[in-house]
Parts: sequence; structure tokens; C-alpha cells
Amino acid sequence: MRVCVIGAGAIGSLFAAHLAKVVDVLVLTRRKEHAQELNDRGLQVSGRHDFTARVTAAADPDELPEFDVGIIATKANGVEDAAASLAGRFPAATIMTVQNGLGAEEIVHRHGAWPLISAVTFMSGTKHSDTHVEYILDTPTWLGPYGATPFDGVEELARLLVESGLEAEALPDLRPAQWSKLIFNATVNGVAALTGLPHDAHFAAEGAESDLGHLVHALVDEGKRVAVAEGVVLHDDPWEMNVLATKRGSAHYPSMLEDVEARRPTEVELINGALVREAGRHGVDAPLQNAVYRLVAAREASYS
Amino acid sequence: MRVCVVGCGAVGSLFAANLAQLDDVEVWAYDLSREHVDAINRDGLRLSGAGEVLGRLTATSDPAALPACDFGILATKAMHTAAAIEATAAAFVGGCVATVQNGLGNEEAIARHAERVIRGTTFPAGRLVEPGHVQWDVKGDTTLGPFEPRPAPFEEVERLADACTRAGMPTTAVRDARGPQWRKVIFNAATNPVGALTRLTHGRVCEDPELRRLVTGLVDEGKAVAAAQGIELDADPEDLIDHAARPEVAYDHKASMLQDVEAHHPTEIDYLNGGIVRFGREQGVATPLNRAIWSLVKGLEQSW
Repeated sequence: MRVCVIGAGAIGSLFAAHLAKVVDVLVLTRRKEHAQELNDRGLQVSGRHDFTARVTAAADPDELPEFDVGIIATKANGVEDAAASLAGRFPAATIMTVQNGLGAEEIVHRHGAWPLISAVTFMSGTKHSDTHVEYILDTPTWLGPYGATPFDGVEELARLLVESGLEAEALPDLRPAQWSKLIFNATVNGVAALTGLPHDAHFAAEGAESDLGHLVHALVDEGKRVAVAEGVVLHDDPWEMNVLATKRGSAHYPSMLEDVEARRPTEVELINGALVREAGRHGVDAPLQNAVYRLVAAREASYS
Repeated sequence: MRVCVVGCGAVGSLFAANLAQLDDVEVWAYDLSREHVDAINRDGLRLSGAGEVLGRLTATSDPAALPACDFGILATKAMHTAAAIEATAAAFVGGCVATVQNGLGNEEAIARHAERVIRGTTFPAGRLVEPGHVQWDVKGDTTLGPFEPRPAPFEEVERLADACTRAGMPTTAVRDARGPQWRKVIFNAATNPVGALTRLTHGRVCEDPELRRLVTGLVDEGKAVAAAQGIELDADPEDLIDHAARPEVAYDHKASMLQDVEAHHPTEIDYLNGGIVRFGREQGVATPLNRAIWSLVKGLEQSW
């Protein structure tokens, strides 16, 4: 069994290092120096786990041998390039996507006929260097079949992740989990990016009339109405997910907040944009989600 | 007649220095900045830019030093209204107190400490360059009218308006000053926070069709709250917004709230969008977008 992780950010690095304990792991990076460093030094994990893994990395897909499972772990706006780099290659592989938002599977599907596995992950980490990732939250990754992909392949990959030391679960239908996370991310990441607040107690505060918790609640409620129209019964209530996350002690900095502070492109189109477009498709009013979407998109436009 | 400007920042200084040009008006200024007060007493209060003016007046940071005045002109930021009028109220026991501040709720705060109150809205703008010196950026009109629950006699409103006009600050006394006030509040509440949250200038906010629609959504809620109170706007805020977006008007203008956000200064959001939400609640008019924007800017302030 050989797994290739495409995109070695925090999430990709956590998958690659853990899986390398149980199978051969390849890593496809964007930068040559990154691949070189990984080959020379291995991939160190600290935090909840503490070990260094050997991986085989390359920046050029032509340098990679065949593999059984590819995990595309780029940010949502990196999926297009990642999938294009796999196009015409690795015909025996099953590809897993694990992006925030909606639509990653469709993007990959346009570049090849690989069987696809959908996933959402709640684990989090911080990359301290190209070869060092800190494992921060050991919350699970959920996997489900996309289209006609057989479920036993999904279960096998989930088992492999669990064996490697990560939390994972195979679900026959991922959409309930994917939509829970979509609504959670659209709300929490968007509000964090606009306010500059990490995901802390402000997001659950519903005392004073202007407290942020009221807005977060209203945004979640709009998202839930869209899910109902889509026919999805949510796996978790995004408001409960929000409240729970704010009680975890150290406040998480959502990636969208880190992106706007570093003036980088955000995932707003594939998260907030996706939710607002789904609302429009179903004729569901989502004025507050729309406002957050337009404000974050405009904040991105302000970089130039 | 004797006038005391309470809060001698940019707008207060425009009134104080201009009124000090009149032989029949004695001008006092109350301000907490000792440096500013000392500079005014030593060198006079200087305006430059849209008009070159040097006003001779008496400034103090000690409310007990104020003599009995015929008029007070409150010109602090809205969050300082209550403290400012509480400190200076003794000087206005026999007089009238006008507000030329931004937002909603200033008149109510003043009326808790003053018998005769004048509702006011002013458009001139400037900024403090150094102690004793204010840059006069924009000339504009002022409207004054009796504050209905605790009205100043209309002839007194006219007397103050006449003095301001003779001093070079064109001012109109009207029986119902709510129209101009709500027009300005709706304009500010629909544009300032959008600029502050996205970091875009007024012109760029208006160029983005989706963002411009959000601005219209905010305007429409404000109009509904005004209409529910029987207030007739003296002009459509939409026209002002489009006018201001023209290159020769205020395309490149950074809303004062954006300047506050960049400097990490508290904003007037509670008195703009927060004011629309409060008046909306009293009238039974829903204002979800204004409330969302209010929460987001409050969150932004909490992130500092």
C-alpha cells in the first residue's frame, strides 16, 4: 500500500507523517526546496504526538512512482492546480479530497476518472517549518464515498488513518458532516476574518444586543435552512460545534483570519461563496451569510 | 451672547474659531486635552484649509471655570456625550444645549442633564493637526431644531443658527431637524462600517456591485426605521452615497471609522448602526443587517 499526500501544509503534513508509520508515503510539494528538505530531514511531528517520519518527496509528479491512494490536502483554492498535476497519471489511484467548503471533488473529477473519497477534517496543526508540524487538535477526520466509489475502500482508508494514530471514521454518506463543517466554517471563519478575533468566547456570547454570538447564531440558522432545502440532515449542529470549540481553552486562529492578516487569498469563494450559491439555487434567503461573503471578498480586494 | 463649545476637536474647533470672529459672541471651549487648551489660550485657535481663521477664545479643562452660557455646542465623539454634558451642565442651567455630533442618542443623553436641547446635524469636517490648529477639510451646512421631548424655544434655535451663519458656518433653524439627522445617520451607518470592515475607500465600496447592494440593504433598513417614526428624509441617502463616490468628491476618502479602525480607536458604531437597531426595536422594525454590522465592528474593537 502506498499513499501520496499532495500539498504539505499543516493538514497534509499531519496525514503524511502519521501514515508513514504504517505505509509507504510519498509527498508531492509545490516547491522543490520543500521536497528536498523532506527527503533530507524527514517530517517531524510535535504536540500531541512526538516522532519523526521518513517520507519520499518530490515537486514533480513525474518523479513519483504509482500509488494506491492520493490525498489532496491543499487549501481549497489549491485543488485546481493539484488535480491538474495528477491529470493523465496514476490511473490505479483513488483520490481523497479534504478541503473546506464545497466543490473540491468536482474540480478533481474534471481532471481524471479516479474513484473519489470525500473527507472533512477537524484536526488542526501549525507548521513551524517545511519539516516540522505541531499536532494541535486531535479531533477526527470523516471520510465518505463520492459517487460510485465503493464504501469498503473508504473504510479501509479510515482504518489505515486510525492505525497511524489519527482519529478517523468512515461514513456511508459524508454530506451531513460536510455540510455541518461548511456552515461552521462559513460562519466562524468569516466572522473571524472580519473582526480579527480568534475563535474565542466572543463567538458564543449572547448577552448584550451587539454581542457577536447573536450574529453567529443567526448565520448558523441561515446555513441550516439551506441544508434543509438541500435535503441534508446535519451530522452536528454547527452552533453546538461553535460553543464547544470556544470552550477549548486556547483560542484557534481560523485560516481565513490568518489569510487576511497576511493579505493572502482566502477560501471565501469555496466556503462562503459555495453556501450562498447553494442558498440561491434553492431560493433560500441568506442575507447575513451573503453579507459576510461579500465583506470578506471585498476585504481580499482591498489588498490591491 | 456667550457660547461654550464642549469638546473642541475638529468639528468643535470649526464652530469655536468661526464664532469667535463675531463681536457680539463670547466663545469658551471645554476640552480635556491640556495641551490643546494651553495652545488655544496662548496663541488662539487656528483653522487652515477651506478657510484661514484665527479665533481668540478662552479654553479650559476645568468645568468649574465655565461661566453661565446662553448656548452649549456639544461636539465630542458620541461615546463621550454623557460624561461631557454631566461635567458641564451647570454652565447651561439658564441656556440651551445643541449637539452637532454624529449618530443617534446624543440628544437623549444631553436631555438627562439639560432643560432646553437643540437637535443638530452638521456636515463640515476637519482634523486636528496639532494643539491649537485644525485643518478645515470640507465646508458644509448645519441644521438645528428643537429636540422634541425637551425643546429649546424656537427663537433661541434661530438665534444660534443666525450667529453660526454670520460666523461663516451656514446654519438653518427648522422646526423638525430629524430629516437631515437621519439622512446623515443612514448615510454614515451604511457606508462607514463597510469601509472599516473591508478597508476600502468610499469609491471602491461603491464600485463593487455586490457590496453596493449590501450598502443599499443597510440604507433600506434605516429608511424603514425613519419612516416608522414619521420622519421625512430631506434627501435620499442613496443619492448622497453615489454623489460621494465620484472621483472629484470623495472616491478616495477613507471613512472616519476606517481611520479609527486603523488607529485602533473606539468607533461610533453604537450610535450609528447600534442607534438604528435601538430605534428600530422601539418601532417594531427589523434591522438584521445593521445589527450584523454592529456586532462585527464591536467584535473588531474587542480584537484590539
